[in-house]
Amino acid sequence: MTKQYDLVVIGGGPAGMAAALSAKQHGVENILILERDKELGGILNQCIHNGFGVHHFKEELTGPEYSARFITEIQKTSIEIMLDTMVLKIDNHRQIHAISPNHGYMVLKSKAIILAMGCRERTRGAIRIYGSRPSGIYTAGTAQRLININGYMPGKEIVILGSGDIGLVMARRMTLEGAQVKMVLELQSRSNGTLRNIVQCLEDYHIPLYLNHTIVQIHGKNRVEGVTIAKVDENLAPIKASYQYIPCDTLLLSVGLIPENEISKSARVKLDSRTRGPFVGELRQTNIPGIFACGNVLHVHDVVDFVSEEAALAGYGAARYIRGQFDTTITHQTINGEGVTYVLPQTMNIYHIEDTCNLYLRVNKPYGRCQIEAWIGNTLIASKREIRCLPSEMINFKIRKEAIVGSSDLRPAQAIDQQPTQIIVKIVGMDRDPSLP
Amino acid sequence: MFDICIIGAGVIGSAIARELAKYDLSLCLLEKDQDVSSGTSKANSGIVHGGYDAKYGTLKAKFCARGNQLYDQLEKELHFGFRRVGSFVIGFDDQDRKTIEALYENGLKNNARGLKIVDGDFVKKREPYLSDQIQVALYCESAGVISPYEFTIALAENAVDNGVELRLNTEVVGIHKQADHFVIKTHQKPIQSKVVINAAGLYSDKIAKMVGIEDFEIQPKRGEYVLFDKTQGHLVNSIIFQTPTEAGKGVLAVRTYHGNLMIGPSSTYIEEKNNVNTTAETINEVIHAARKSLPNFDLKEVITTFSGNRACSTKHDFIIEESKKIPGFINIAGIESPGLTAAPAIAQYVVEMVAASHLISLQQKSHFNPERRPYHHVSEMNPKELNELIQKHPEYGRIICRCETVSEGEIKDALSRSIPINTLDAVKRRTRAGMGRCQGGFCTPKILEIIYNELGIPVEKIEKKTAGSYIVVGRTKKAFH
Amino acid sequence: MTQQEMICICCPIGCNLSVEKIDGVIRVTGNKCPRGKAYAEQELLNPERIVTTTVKLTGGLYPVIPVKTGRPIPKTKIFEVMDILSNVEITVPVHIGDVVVKNILDTGVDVVITKNDMGGEYERS
Repeated sequence: MTKQYDLVVIGGGPAGMAAALSAKQHGVENILILERDKELGGILNQCIHNGFGVHHFKEELTGPEYSARFITEIQKTSIEIMLDTMVLKIDNHRQIHAISPNHGYMVLKSKAIILAMGCRERTRGAIRIYGSRPSGIYTAGTAQRLININGYMPGKEIVILGSGDIGLVMARRMTLEGAQVKMVLELQSRSNGTLRNIVQCLEDYHIPLYLNHTIVQIHGKNRVEGVTIAKVDENLAPIKASYQYIPCDTLLLSVGLIPENEISKSARVKLDSRTRGPFVGELRQTNIPGIFACGNVLHVHDVVDFVSEEAALAGYGAARYIRGQFDTTITHQTINGEGVTYVLPQTMNIYHIEDTCNLYLRVNKPYGRCQIEAWIGNTLIASKREIRCLPSEMINFKIRKEAIVGSSDLRPAQAIDQQPTQIIVKIVGMDRDPSLP
Repeated sequence: MFDICIIGAGVIGSAIARELAKYDLSLCLLEKDQDVSSGTSKANSGIVHGGYDAKYGTLKAKFCARGNQLYDQLEKELHFGFRRVGSFVIGFDDQDRKTIEALYENGLKNNARGLKIVDGDFVKKREPYLSDQIQVALYCESAGVISPYEFTIALAENAVDNGVELRLNTEVVGIHKQADHFVIKTHQKPIQSKVVINAAGLYSDKIAKMVGIEDFEIQPKRGEYVLFDKTQGHLVNSIIFQTPTEAGKGVLAVRTYHGNLMIGPSSTYIEEKNNVNTTAETINEVIHAARKSLPNFDLKEVITTFSGNRACSTKHDFIIEESKKIPGFINIAGIESPGLTAAPAIAQYVVEMVAASHLISLQQKSHFNPERRPYHHVSEMNPKELNELIQKHPEYGRIICRCETVSEGEIKDALSRSIPINTLDAVKRRTRAGMGRCQGGFCTPKILEIIYNELGIPVEKIEKKTAGSYIVVGRTKKAFH
Repeated sequence: MTQQEMICICCPIGCNLSVEKIDGVIRVTGNKCPRGKAYAEQELLNPERIVTTTVKLTGGLYPVIPVKTGRPIPKTKIFEVMDILSNVEITVPVHIGDVVVKNILDTGVDVVITKNDMGGEYERS
């Protein structure tokens, strides 16, 4: 079967839905969302805790409620949805190859594509925890799905490695469902989770958090019987003298997320080793004309509200592309300055920006009071004060178009020989928060 | 009463069972674990060796070179996945060159095919990502890669399809020699058989002792491996061995049959036969050693580490013989590397042994079916084939394992074949569901549901691999009870 | 006099709050907004949390469906609420906001559904 669309969105999670709706609002007619699961919503379906939507909807929702708002909007439109559909690849002619039980093998042609496949969790192998290979080792997300979607308990005595928000939320969730969560271990000297989750997920239930700790060995031939934990030194190397055996039947891993870009690679989309997602411009255009990316496939977000915001940009970008109002010129390039791990978008076409460009960035270590600054040459074009910046919290940083234009040597649009102007984004520490390590 | 009972459904036992299934015999294949290929056969390098390495005159040398030549036909019949990709033994200096020349000579005597000594440029052309320091190499065109557990499963499945009675979860606890047969005690009913073939791998010494044969011991030698994502697969095209030195055999780097980069194995004698742990020290040594051949692999792309135990005997060669003390009791033991390569040749030889011993008469079956029904692997099909298949069987259009592109149809097929299986690992080894970069993170809940629907096993009773390796403890809500 | 240090959980900033009660008057410091003050007062007198969990669902896409307490309930009652909800069984169709248990444990708070399941697959193409 070969079908033709204006826009195909790969992934029906928060990013894909918001992108499709935005494209629709910007006049794109013939839109298809491809979703591999049996329902829209993506990972939000299993995130049944609250805390979503504070920015976007100005109220606190659970994951499924947040996603339902978008599903309801989509149902009001003519956007097509194919569920239970797996995209296999995007070929050199930018055609999407997908299969589903209902439609067989499909080749889908479209004027534009939005990548919104999300991310996956790092596994035991990826962080190389040694020992035996019994059952009872789960990534936090797998355990979350088993409990919240399938209604099964993975275990009774739990040790959690990794104190990102998913690990913390699962500590509470498993406790509520009757498991004994013995401890949460964190390799770093501070948690990657938000303080509120440390309070309401760990402290509320008296679950200890061990910072500077890791797991050095897994025990048990059939099912996990225990783990050896260890304190780590300043180089994150386990300290032999601190080894301690903890009996447990389950190990949950919450040790990081990786954008899932296998399909992007098949389309020869260029990836950034810092984000592990595509290099994109201000409207989330990739290096392949007509292919856009947003959400966790682009870079791992910690707040879904920003996924929706970013996806709306991609939808708008795709709409412009489909209308033939898209100019692939790169006028500016964002550069990591001091203290910054990555800045997104990596490039900009200033002519696409109406009045502000929103930069997303992450810092490389914890900062107390500080200032985020954007520079073109010797000119400070934007700055923002923060009371605290953490590597685990993505920072939102707006730059006004006129500030950029005022400091750039811009020739007329479409000047392809022009070197992009560099915008350097850096962080300037004012003092150190005494609560920070 | 069986004519022949084979103990152990690893690659050796399964190959023998299939070879004997060509004759009019009543055959029994016993396996202590929940699936075939649960020991050494599931965790090794997956290589069909060229046959130049084992010392001329040994059983290893004899059966390795012969076994290599049988694989093309086996692949045609059994569809387990085999590719002759060639191998290099790479050398960096004159000492290595001497060793390589000796290996070449030894290989010629062993009747190994496709051997050639080549220079660094030849290597560079075929293997551009290997070290720049390579001066010389022994190239062996006939070496290949297979998926060792898929091979073993295919052999056992075809044996069962041809009448072999496979008994899983059946551990042998005692063997009594009677006048003209053996009584094999298990935790179920005893089994009677005229001939017993001991192919119990790591435990073959234990089985031999049950009839009073005590002239060998099996010393487990652990090999630890690192398996990488397919993104690293392009770094090698063939099998890359290091030149053996007094310090050891070095480690290999290979693109596995399914396209992952794999490095290893280490080599350490251990105490416990079933201890397949990995350790930080050893894996770090493997990584360090592999960098010598292949400097630039990305450790961020590691999928998993694992280990397998070689069944090394105190006789330092394969033991392939009928006991002189106990006629009718055949030991196939100490089958360490290149045992996988040798397996089909050993199986043929066992048939000759049985025929020569006049213990039982061998009559060729007229209806032996050498063909095993291939899987429809969605990841390997072209659009037209796939479309036709999905039209007929829509479950092939539902992808369960996204990393390896495995469909519900393949999983259901695996669950309904002649070897009864019910574990996650058994499904994984037949379909690859759960073998990819997310290591079952996304598909585990879905596979549990399929096993429940197909076999009616409650999810809390489904296991990963062995008794006690349960996945979930129960339902979350009392309302389900 | 009672005094307590706490971290505000109203938003991701996580202010360090100090709460003291002198002669029945509660004083909060460290908060950057009025929500922090309210939170600290409540936390000192009677800490409350929203509980999110699942209940058994018949006829749905999956065997459980997520629910939450419509408003925060006293922390001390969380496990009792979980126990009641463990025995609850409902049938499709269910809609966001449908009441599963009214006025649970006399808290004045209803437990409500947080996901739609109409009892049929939803695909449009």
